[in-house]
Amino acid sequence: MAKSPEEHPQKAFGWAARDPSGTLSPFHFSRRENGDEDVTVKILYCGVCHSDLHSVKNEWGITRYPIVPGHEIVGIVIQLGNNVKKFKMGDRVGVGVLVGSCKTCETCQQDLENYCPSMIFTYNSTSQDGTRTYGGYSDIVVVDQRYVLRIPDNLPSDAAAPLLCAGITVYSPMKYYGMTEPGKHLGVAGLGGLGHVAVKFGKAFGLKVTVISTSPNKEDEAINKLGADSFLVSTNPEKVQAALGTMDYIIDTVSAIHSLAPLLAMLKLNGKLITVGLPDKPLELPIFPLVMGRKLIGGSDIGGIKETQEMLDFCAKHNITADIELIQMDYINTAMKRLSKSDVKYRFVIDVANSLSQ
Amino acid sequence: MANSADQEHPTKAFGWAAADTSGVLSPFKFSRRETGERDVRFKVLYCGICHSDLHMAKNDWGTSTYPIVPGHEIVGIVTEVGSKVEKFKVGDRVGVGCMVGACHSCDSCDNDLENYCPKMIFTYGAPYHDGTNTYGGYSDVMVAEERYVVRIPDNLPLDAGAPLLCAGITVYSPLQHFGLTKPGMHVGVVGLGGLGHVAVKFAKGFGVKVTVISTSPSKKKEAIEHLGADYFLVSRDPDQMQAAMGTMDGIIDTVSAVHPLVPLIGLLKSQGKLVMVGAPNRPLELPVFPLIMGRKVVAGSCIGGMKETQEMIDFAGKHNITADVEVIPMDYVNTAMERLEKADVRYRFVIDIGNTLKSA
Repeated sequence: MAKSPEEHPQKAFGWAARDPSGTLSPFHFSRRENGDEDVTVKILYCGVCHSDLHSVKNEWGITRYPIVPGHEIVGIVIQLGNNVKKFKMGDRVGVGVLVGSCKTCETCQQDLENYCPSMIFTYNSTSQDGTRTYGGYSDIVVVDQRYVLRIPDNLPSDAAAPLLCAGITVYSPMKYYGMTEPGKHLGVAGLGGLGHVAVKFGKAFGLKVTVISTSPNKEDEAINKLGADSFLVSTNPEKVQAALGTMDYIIDTVSAIHSLAPLLAMLKLNGKLITVGLPDKPLELPIFPLVMGRKLIGGSDIGGIKETQEMLDFCAKHNITADIELIQMDYINTAMKRLSKSDVKYRFVIDVANSLSQ
Repeated sequence: MANSADQEHPTKAFGWAAADTSGVLSPFKFSRRETGERDVRFKVLYCGICHSDLHMAKNDWGTSTYPIVPGHEIVGIVTEVGSKVEKFKVGDRVGVGCMVGACHSCDSCDNDLENYCPKMIFTYGAPYHDGTNTYGGYSDVMVAEERYVVRIPDNLPLDAGAPLLCAGITVYSPLQHFGLTKPGMHVGVVGLGGLGHVAVKFAKGFGVKVTVISTSPSKKKEAIEHLGADYFLVSRDPDQMQAAMGTMDGIIDTVSAVHPLVPLIGLLKSQGKLVMVGAPNRPLELPVFPLIMGRKVVAGSCIGGMKETQEMIDFAGKHNITADVEVIPMDYVNTAMERLEKADVRYRFVIDIGNTLKSA
């Protein structure tokens, strides 16, 4: 028999969606007792990732209700397991997209827990004890220390929260696919939560950055605030024509269905199109441009924990955080509607500690 | 007024050409340029029939200008070299593949990747530096710049070596470039035709485990017993495909018909690479989730540069790798094209030019 949400010893409170309407509302549930390897985090802030929206509406067909989303969590350590040495009480920590993995397979041993076949997501997954995982739109979370990150001192908690998913999701492929050579030209397709952080990382790596977007009204900020070198509207054929064969790499953050042909055409010979957005239907891939230009399209999925910490430390060094709109918990349903229309610059972050009340 | 083909250049040549989109070939008189100071002239002994020859003869890609003398897997014996030629002498066994020229001043050319030069000149059906059209190897004589000529190792027979000049380099280059040559790796080869069968042999030469993925169960015995593949998967059998999921470091996909990518991406291990060397003429469906969840890659590759073509032929010489060929007389070529269209060949036709190409 399925366990009820009150299956664990510690009471917890958050907001959950109960059906594919995706509407969130107050929800009482519970967290496991803090084990020897665990850290209990009092949640201060949680970013609103587009995946949260896909999940509450069951757009990928894998949601089990009730679902408490949220995997860009920043908070304070309030309890430590006996085997936890790397954190102490009061530390500012983060939890991202993963809270578990098998720890013994090849990918786990290579610090690539994000490719472990048994990886456990922060929400909408099944824990090793058979219970469901609930995410960061809540007051506390209990996590195995391996999956907890330290937030560097100089990064503000609210603006650092989105780095835990958006940040690592673009940082990891930029490193893996070698998109970090100073002077090279990076295209960033889509200027949302992921895209705006990719622009900041790109500039920190010394790259020339062009934003590729369908929204002309994002140009001013892209150049003047985010530091992009140029901006092109992908539905403008002349702009696309002028950009043909000019980019060494493109990171595609767009999750709507879109055409890959113009992006492939903008790549130079041996260019790489890296896709991190998650459209809910297949895209069309023209093969000729791949063959004639020895180009490739590759995917990437978040990043391992070690690399997530490396990314946070990189952000601390370069003073990179997300551009956020801080909201109260009870604004969440409006925020989700605005997010579905890309009406946010560039990530909502829920002020959990100050606005989540029972 | 343009010169007729047999008066364009000073030396007479004879071959077979397609005159229109029927693709039917027939005897054709034309001419070759004089041997320039950097040129190598050779008597053509054999020429492989590549599937591209069929596409071009029938203008399948819309780029053909008639008459077309196809053939870019050309081997023969050197009869004359230009005054500045250093690498070859009369009597050498040589070959020419898909290219006969490039700009020699761009990044690609500087990196020995003439095949990606924007001004690369194809061996047939393309405008040469002097404005005339290039004619390929279904002919008695060939003249090419030294840079585009490779030496055929002494131990490789010329007829079975000819297909290496296109099929060989087309699969060798991506095996190397995408790092699929480390002993112990597991590489899949999709399609067992001219390209596929050579890919199996090269991959075995590198010491990797090879699985052939094919729609034709009848090819299994030969794949395993004759070509040396380790396994054979029938791609239409869901149980076989399921059992092989997540087992391959890379896949070389030689199939140019439109086909589903999803099952192939599923066969790859995490971080695996699917490399397309056949080019379907319509976009294929790409499900993004499997690429993302496994950090996998779909890439393309097109022939190879000249330096690496020589390297490939030398590797073939060292490992005694040649193509499996059906040698045919020149006047069988139209029948061969019809059979090729139905994939009825094990695994490359090679025209015995030296013995059967007779000028009228």
